[in-house]
Amino acid sequence: MTDKPSKPPRTEPVQSATFTPAVNAEIRRAAATGIYDIRGGGTKRSVPHFDDLLFLGASISRYPLEGYREKCATNVTLGTRFAKKPIELDIPITIAGMSFGALSGQAKEALGRGATAAGTSTTTGDGGMTEEERGHSQLLVYQYLPSRYGMNPDDLRRCDAIEVVVGQGAKPGGGGMLLGQKISDRVAGMRDLPAGIDQRSACRHPDWTGPDDLEIKILELREITGWEKPIYVKVGGARPYFDTALAVKSGADVVVLDGMQGGTAATQDVFIEHVGIPILGCIRPAVQALQDLGMHRKVQLIVSGGIRNGADVAKALALGADAVSIGTAALIAIGDNDPRWEDDYQKLGTTAGAYDDWHEGMDPAGITTQDPKLAARLDPVIAGRQLANYLKVLTLEAQTIARACGKSHVHNLEPEDLCALTIEAAAMARVPLAGTDWIPGKGF
Amino acid sequence: MPIIDLSENGLRHLNETLQSQAQGTNQQDWEIINPRGSHAIAVGLDAPINVTVAGSTGYYCGGMNKQASITVKGSVGPGVAENMMSGIVVVEGDASQYAGATGRGGMLVVRGNAASRCGISMKGIDIVVEGNIGHMSAFMAQRGNLVVLGDAGEALGDSLYEARLYVRGSVKSLGADCIEKEMRPEHLAQLAELLERAGTDADPASFRRYGSARQLYHFNVDNASAY
Repeated sequence: MTDKPSKPPRTEPVQSATFTPAVNAEIRRAAATGIYDIRGGGTKRSVPHFDDLLFLGASISRYPLEGYREKCATNVTLGTRFAKKPIELDIPITIAGMSFGALSGQAKEALGRGATAAGTSTTTGDGGMTEEERGHSQLLVYQYLPSRYGMNPDDLRRCDAIEVVVGQGAKPGGGGMLLGQKISDRVAGMRDLPAGIDQRSACRHPDWTGPDDLEIKILELREITGWEKPIYVKVGGARPYFDTALAVKSGADVVVLDGMQGGTAATQDVFIEHVGIPILGCIRPAVQALQDLGMHRKVQLIVSGGIRNGADVAKALALGADAVSIGTAALIAIGDNDPRWEDDYQKLGTTAGAYDDWHEGMDPAGITTQDPKLAARLDPVIAGRQLANYLKVLTLEAQTIARACGKSHVHNLEPEDLCALTIEAAAMARVPLAGTDWIPGKGF
Repeated sequence: MPIIDLSENGLRHLNETLQSQAQGTNQQDWEIINPRGSHAIAVGLDAPINVTVAGSTGYYCGGMNKQASITVKGSVGPGVAENMMSGIVVVEGDASQYAGATGRGGMLVVRGNAASRCGISMKGIDIVVEGNIGHMSAFMAQRGNLVVLGDAGEALGDSLYEARLYVRGSVKSLGADCIEKEMRPEHLAQLAELLERAGTDADPASFRRYGSARQLYHFNVDNASAY
């Protein structure tokens, strides 16, 4: 008599590392709708970032400054190259360009209030200048964009600096996009467009191409504004050495360099996640370009893309930037993705922290919307105070680190104060791997 | 009439002088000599003055003009009257690329030809070109009127919004979402007014009208080949 054969062992179900549930869901969504995924925010996947750098701090060979007693200055002057009226900031942290249209009027007011209270500037976006932001921003940078929505000489003259936008980190080479839900009558009027349409704004400027033209365009802007305003040139992180060099050649007072983690109001997910390079890899080549031209600290460098805390600020400055710019973090500070709205996020099929359908205008926090009821949820005075608090914390944190490295100004931080935790970060930031004197690509 | 010699006084002096003219100035007529293709001539003006440029200019002549009447007795480089708000710019010769780009008001008249991308992204300006215009003209044009007595190059009115295009000659091809539209009495009347304002003699009935089919106003997968 033989035993009844037992069931043979079966292979455990294995999910593919390539075709993950999220990947498969996106394939099914694409198959059902025939349109690419559009969303707001910046890159969500993990890329080498400032977390992979550490400060060395003072020791026997260097001595620190006494916290709370010895001064560590944070001021920065932007636009010293050509502008008659450079901008003086109390802190090396600015608010990045975000449009009225993408954001509500209340949100723009809150950003202006917070920045002003902290002694820094805020920036318009792809939708013209509103009274809310001009009125509440002591220092306002006016973006000069390919779309030129609402562009006019009067606003050029009442801003404090002009930012010629060539690209942004979320989508170097891409134009703007604002879907119909957010094109209210006011937004449409400011943009000379019909209300309710899906607005596609251009990726290239309509009346110049290349650095030789840009030089003439900057001349025109200076002539219109009497050579008073600092002129920034903003580029998305892609070829930072050459873009920085060409911006300087074109006559920029300030170069703004935005890494791939930088946010957007609405762009294709494939663009956000697959075009451009992390800010960590942008700063040293840009600084190298400035140094090669003898322009470091003469043309100021503002960097952005994923700045979250004072350590990020200090690391960006140590790598050679003059200031940083924040966008996503500023929105979070004024209430974006706050868990207090979790019930509403759930109704939209998402959760606090993951909400990125900024283009749909349904923002429970009332920030990325033109719906009057939702927008009324944001109190610009309270939200402005929150932003000011946050900016002060960033500054205090950066000062704490700078003092620990023995620096009496945050600008005195330098690459020598840093080491890297990973080979990737060491190569990108051009600082040694922790505990070694090895900088990948240098020496040996 | 004051004469500003650009070769002697420099661009900053020229623009500063013209920009500082007040609303009710008695000194209404100005002449600029020796422009020699310089860029950014007579930009950012904001007074009802008459400026004559005796010669040809470089980029962005009359840029962001408000109120002023600027006449160029020559040809102009790229971006003439870019982002004009009001007033009038008349070019007696030809215009290079991007003539009237993003203009929001006023009128640009080109007595000769205009090159590619004439009226790109226009937002309310009226443009009259007595000769021909190049390719991709009125690309993404949002508002305003473009009148062409001659022929239009390839891809006229690509991705345009609510701008109106009137062409008397041939159109090599229409861009995405641009179609020929019926010329109704109100269009004939508007065209007659535009031609009169430009000092241009032509019969409105001899033009054809083009505008947006409005098929790309909302994303639609079936239009993917047009994006």
